[in-house]
Amino acid sequence: MHRRQFLQSTSAAAIGATAPAVFTSASAQSRSETLLIVSESGPNNLDVMGVGTNVPGYEASWNCYDRLLTHEMKTLPDGSQYYERDKIKGELAEEFTIEPTSATFKLRKNATFHDGAPVTAKDVKWSLDRAVTVGGFPTFQMSAGSLTKPEQFVIIDDYTIRIDFVRKDKLTIPDLAVIVPAIMNSELCKKNATASDPWALEFAKQNTAGGGAYKVTRWTPGTEVVFDRNDTWVCGPMPKIKRIIWRIVPSAGNRRALLERGDADISFDLPNKDFAEIKGEGKLSVISTPYTNGIQYIGMNVTRPPFNNPKVRQAIACAIPYQKIMDAVLFGLAKPMFGAPPDKATEVAWPQPHKFNTDMAKAKALLTEAGYPDGFETTISFDLGFAGVNEPLCVLLQESLAQIGVKTTINKVPGANWRTELNKKEMPLFTNIFSGWLNYPEYFFYWCYHGSNSVFNTSSYQSKPMDAFIEGARDAAAAGDQVAYDKDVKAFVDLAFTDIPRIPLYQPFINIAMQKNISGYQYWFHRRLDYRAFVKA
Amino acid sequence: MMKLLLDRLLTTIPALIGVVVASFLLTRVLPGDTAAYFAGPAATPQAIEQLRQQLGLDRPLPEQFGHYVVDLAKGDLGKSLTTGQPVLSDIKARLPASAELTLFGLILALLIAVPLGIAAAVRQGTVVDHACRAIATAGVSLPVFFTGLLLIYVFYYILQWSPAPLGRLDVFTSAPRGVTGFYLIDSLIAGDGETFRASFSQILLPGITLAIFSLAPIARITRASMLSALSSDFIRTARAAGLGARTIIVTYAFRNAMLPVITTLGMVFSFLLGANVLVEKVFAWPGIGSYAVEALIASDFAPVQGFVLTMAILYIVLNLLIDLTYRVIDPRMRNAS
Repeated sequence: MHRRQFLQSTSAAAIGATAPAVFTSASAQSRSETLLIVSESGPNNLDVMGVGTNVPGYEASWNCYDRLLTHEMKTLPDGSQYYERDKIKGELAEEFTIEPTSATFKLRKNATFHDGAPVTAKDVKWSLDRAVTVGGFPTFQMSAGSLTKPEQFVIIDDYTIRIDFVRKDKLTIPDLAVIVPAIMNSELCKKNATASDPWALEFAKQNTAGGGAYKVTRWTPGTEVVFDRNDTWVCGPMPKIKRIIWRIVPSAGNRRALLERGDADISFDLPNKDFAEIKGEGKLSVISTPYTNGIQYIGMNVTRPPFNNPKVRQAIACAIPYQKIMDAVLFGLAKPMFGAPPDKATEVAWPQPHKFNTDMAKAKALLTEAGYPDGFETTISFDLGFAGVNEPLCVLLQESLAQIGVKTTINKVPGANWRTELNKKEMPLFTNIFSGWLNYPEYFFYWCYHGSNSVFNTSSYQSKPMDAFIEGARDAAAAGDQVAYDKDVKAFVDLAFTDIPRIPLYQPFINIAMQKNISGYQYWFHRRLDYRAFVKA
Repeated sequence: MMKLLLDRLLTTIPALIGVVVASFLLTRVLPGDTAAYFAGPAATPQAIEQLRQQLGLDRPLPEQFGHYVVDLAKGDLGKSLTTGQPVLSDIKARLPASAELTLFGLILALLIAVPLGIAAAVRQGTVVDHACRAIATAGVSLPVFFTGLLLIYVFYYILQWSPAPLGRLDVFTSAPRGVTGFYLIDSLIAGDGETFRASFSQILLPGITLAIFSLAPIARITRASMLSALSSDFIRTARAAGLGARTIIVTYAFRNAMLPVITTLGMVFSFLLGANVLVEKVFAWPGIGSYAVEALIASDFAPVQGFVLTMAILYIVLNLLIDLTYRVIDPRMRNAS
């Protein structure tokens, strides 16, 4: 190429390229049977049993696979749909019987996978074997219900399978209705398995090898997932929506704009402030439901001074600006877990509010009594991954603690590093959230307060009486002894509130905003969307 | 020409080795525990440990590096945990998205900035010059996410002229068959006017956002190099010889002022490609910048390493192209080497 030619061609290009002004809206296509969902992040794996599957991945699995069992739904007084913890029904199982040492499941004979193959007992066994064998999160979730080895799953005939119990455990049956024990197309998976990947993890990561109500027909990671209805689904009422398009829109402001303009049907995770405003405007329907068995709390490391002194912990509990946090951080979108009336009796329930309230004089007195009349210095840590709530919360706490002489610096921990920091159990003062899929008080307490010191016992709390109450409640539940169970649950709740190693703040809400013509939202323990019940008018 | 090309390519090898080593070490030094992050919110320490073994993160660093280099030699950049895909296919899918947006923005900026810069230099000290300065200052001082959100608010939310900011295409249009990966070009190749219109109206707002930001350096450099060209001896001679204003400015002065402008363009392009994360976030654009940032937040090593390596190669190629362009534009360059 020569200089003059080059110069001529570049100047010609510069003159020729005049941009025509086309500002047109997308062509209006029929959208009545399509649902457009926008949220901040998407799945990294379509298989809940995969390595490191993220939470949006659970949603894909939930809608594309069936399980043996599922929960009934109930309608709350405000009209919203909520899963029934104690009412379990068959999904792939047409009927099931529970005996003291085993449970037997009869499969639906007309159920098929997406490729048309019938669902048989060997698929069920293969899938459950997979869940207890692959390791990592799925295997641990299965073990939470005492489902630990393949020998427990016995094929009786093509359409009957028996699950043997290794011990009496109240959580075994509910654990079969969580996301993990999804029933997969074993022949299809085996065809795509390799010697180094016998459970076809690579194949199932990219493809939905199940028989659920929806199947993934297009997936562009980080951009969108498209689900199409499985028109031969028999395990429940036929879903109304033919196609679900799930688009990833990272900017919260845009998710709101898309909703308000009517371009998106459902937004799954908007900041509290946006939800509060949308609710106030009343142009969209907004549903807020408290997380089951979930609490945001202030934790303290009880192994070191000053927080090894219960008086100091109580002083902090009196110095937290609870109501300010509710109003300014959450915009009222949470269920308070503080300020119960002093004469209120402890309930057999969890979560329930404690009796502390903001009382600076009392906080100061308790601190003086504990030997810190001039306060002390410490750091407050929080997870930057949830900075939207955590940061203002910690700033309010910092201001309030300064009034009783407790000087704090705020330590922001990046999301990827938060779990590592929790594991070290060295942070003196921090805010965190815990919620369990299985909604039982003793389940929550086992993870968070028991002396076995799991990663979620973030305060490193150790107490012999506490351990005894928790184990007592678990044994009583397995044995069906309601009186002993009630007594132990009340006892551990009382002890948790007197010793107060962690101070519950509130039960967070899961917030869903959608167009007025959309109905059928159901709240599930996993807190993700169930597409099967949505209706678009 | 070939010899120069070979020479230049050889000198890039040490730089590439440096990039591979540095990106590997840097991702390992960063705080954060990949296994703990991906084990999920309900994982036990045993579950985290198992995941660490599955990912090979429990092995000593030299061994991990060895595996990385061997895979790299086979063209395997590893797997992303955030998207679950091979990094290479992620980058292949996302680099064209970023490149298309960046080029679009840059061409837009060029169309405005170069005439503006020339006008400012020719009419130095007049209203045009001051306007050029004001526009440049405003463009560079408005953060891109702000300009982006403002444009969305005005043109999408209030006026409804622009389609929903949902990335490269709206929900109901499907992507054209991939030839270049640039939707605008691919849809033209396929002769699909509908898709072209759809992708053009999607790219317009983010493109304008980027253009506003990159206007400033281009306009300022054009003005400065035009000024020095206009004050040089050969322009005085040309004026004395009675040549027309147009010939003097476009044919003589601007051609000589082009070198620094091209250099700046190269810099602005490579800078924008990696740095338009915010624009990508605001417009849900599936580009490479936001990909790398998301991976970084999750301590997901492979995509970060892949991103750094791709960027390094891109810079090298770009610089090479710019050098070659110099030689085409300026005969002195050819003699100098």
